[in-house]
Amino acid sequence: MPTPASVDFDTVQVVDVSRHFGRRRAIGNVSFEARSGDILGLLGPNGAGKSTLITMLATLAAPSRGEIRYGGESPVRLGPELRTRIGLLAHELHLYPELSARQNLRFFAELHGLAPHPVIDEALENAGLADRAEEAVSSFSRGMRQRLALERSLLHAPRLVLFDEPFTGLDDRAVGLIADRLRRLAANGAIVILATHDLDMAEGLVNRIALIRGGRLLADEPAGAGLRAQYRSIIGAR
Amino acid sequence: MFFRTAWLVLRKDVAIEAKSWEVVTTTLFFAVSCVLIFAFALVKDGRAVGDAAAGILWIAISFSGTLALGRTFERERYSETLRALLLAPAPRAALYAGKLMGMLALLGLAELLLVPLVALLFQASALFSRPLLLAGLLAGGTVGFCAVGTLFAAMLVRARSRDVLLPILLYPIIIPVIIAGVRGTAALLSAPPDEPTAVMWIGVLTAFDIVFLTLALWTFEPLMTE
Amino acid sequence: MRKAFGPIAVLAGVLLVGAPFMVARAPYESTMGLVQKIFYFHVPSWFAMFTAIGVCGVASLIHLFRNNPRADRIAEAAGEVAVLFGLMGLVTGPLWGRKSWGVWWQWDAKLTIALLLEMTFISGILVRKYGGPGSDKLAAAVGIFGLAVTPFVYEAVNIWRTIHPLTSVVPTLPASMGAPFWFCVAAFMLLMVLLLMVRVNLGKRQAALDELYLAYED
Repeated sequence: MPTPASVDFDTVQVVDVSRHFGRRRAIGNVSFEARSGDILGLLGPNGAGKSTLITMLATLAAPSRGEIRYGGESPVRLGPELRTRIGLLAHELHLYPELSARQNLRFFAELHGLAPHPVIDEALENAGLADRAEEAVSSFSRGMRQRLALERSLLHAPRLVLFDEPFTGLDDRAVGLIADRLRRLAANGAIVILATHDLDMAEGLVNRIALIRGGRLLADEPAGAGLRAQYRSIIGAR
Repeated sequence: MFFRTAWLVLRKDVAIEAKSWEVVTTTLFFAVSCVLIFAFALVKDGRAVGDAAAGILWIAISFSGTLALGRTFERERYSETLRALLLAPAPRAALYAGKLMGMLALLGLAELLLVPLVALLFQASALFSRPLLLAGLLAGGTVGFCAVGTLFAAMLVRARSRDVLLPILLYPIIIPVIIAGVRGTAALLSAPPDEPTAVMWIGVLTAFDIVFLTLALWTFEPLMTE
Repeated sequence: MRKAFGPIAVLAGVLLVGAPFMVARAPYESTMGLVQKIFYFHVPSWFAMFTAIGVCGVASLIHLFRNNPRADRIAEAAGEVAVLFGLMGLVTGPLWGRKSWGVWWQWDAKLTIALLLEMTFISGILVRKYGGPGSDKLAAAVGIFGLAVTPFVYEAVNIWRTIHPLTSVVPTLPASMGAPFWFCVAAFMLLMVLLLMVRVNLGKRQAALDELYLAYED
């Protein structure tokens, strides 16, 4: 059983990564780095390539060129244990609608070799779903599923937290909860990478931004005081 | 980690299936329909033509197997849960093993229904005269079919035209399994049952299974990485 | 590779032009007479097809594990060349069969084996065409599995057919027929290599064009 300490890293580096499908370039020569404690905002318009980058960071896809390094090591060298340190919340949510909330969490906990009971109860509490734990996920609203998926992605206390458009369809309170959660994670040493096209949500949350458009990296810098203005100035300049 | 993960995937699939039994019932019903369609085509004067009984059995297994493969992986497409499985810290081939075991269980269930049905409809009760050899043929053939089928169905999950591409890719590769299965079953149905021939075909099936299981386990991860 | 193209083309051309003369000069086979001479083109087609299948399988393996675009192009080209030579064999076979057995198709072991492998590699072409993005990996799987299944197809079909034995298509080869036969084998193998090189080159040009499109977008 791989213990979390056996594979760990402080930084994740994207080194000159490109990804293309025939004639379509999804990502072109992108390089940036994120460290423990960062909340990196991967910003850009829809179709810019943010999701592709997140997928590659999660080791679900391989770059056509370049590489991604976790603490300086390649994913091949680190092997399957690398995935104990990565958590992904994507748009699709990855929940089994036929199973209950508890069953979903239990399945993913056991896949990660975690002792189910304490972790799951806490996760259900965090998601505010403790009273609906035994109901099938198919009966949940989008917001409830999102909260559940969020907890699922964080069950194993990953080092690298990848969120792809986590705020879609959520009310203000839920958004606030997610933001607090992300801040706590970063404060505890996680590397948080957050892909979103919603600048208002990212405001005040991210401490660094990487701006992607047309698969290209336009900027990689600390987040300024006014995110919208910063964004406009970068986009306008190119 | 490997076997544990495979077992968890299997258990999860069974848990989901147990909620509605949709895939099991539709697959079994389809298998029976298959037998009936071919029966009407191949029964003359109340008897099946030649070795038709053996052929019909294996056709029903492959057609219902193809349908079941499609349905099983369609479940993982919804909500893209296949990606979540690929994020598990186990070797990715363990996911293949878990899915394979589920398919074997499903097709095994179908065969439990099909064999008596074929024996009944085509006066082929000789099938039961050598149960161990029949079980060997069915096991060898089902493992071969599912070994290749599970891999292909998994790798096609994100492809376009995946519904029709599965049979297009799968059938040419598993024809040796069909030949071995049908000829072996026909040998058991001859009077007297031709045991050495059946044993020989079981040998061919075993070799096929070993080669293709190994190949599938080896190629699963690179095929599932985008 | 480009430099070898010219000499190979010339050599292949010479052999292919000379082949009909060699075949015409070959002695008549006792039972089948003139018709048997189709064998000089029919069997070398199989040689070429099986070699192409081997190349496709190995290149597919390399591409799947090393993500090597050149291996992918070779696998794609070899798959198509295998289908082409398979088609030659599957056309000449029944033509021969019609004349010597009276029927177009009687499930002769070798023709059946070839038909199955042909179907496999046609499915590889189809998956590249209709599989959408990522279909290069799917085609690689078909190439690898197609190569791996070849011995099983060979064994299964041969056993299947020898239980009901029929006259073998290829009688044992007397020495005087050896020379034209190997001459034609050489001619066909060179033709296969030539077509492979042309097709790989086409793939390379397409890849270069894609690169230009990608670069243009900057």
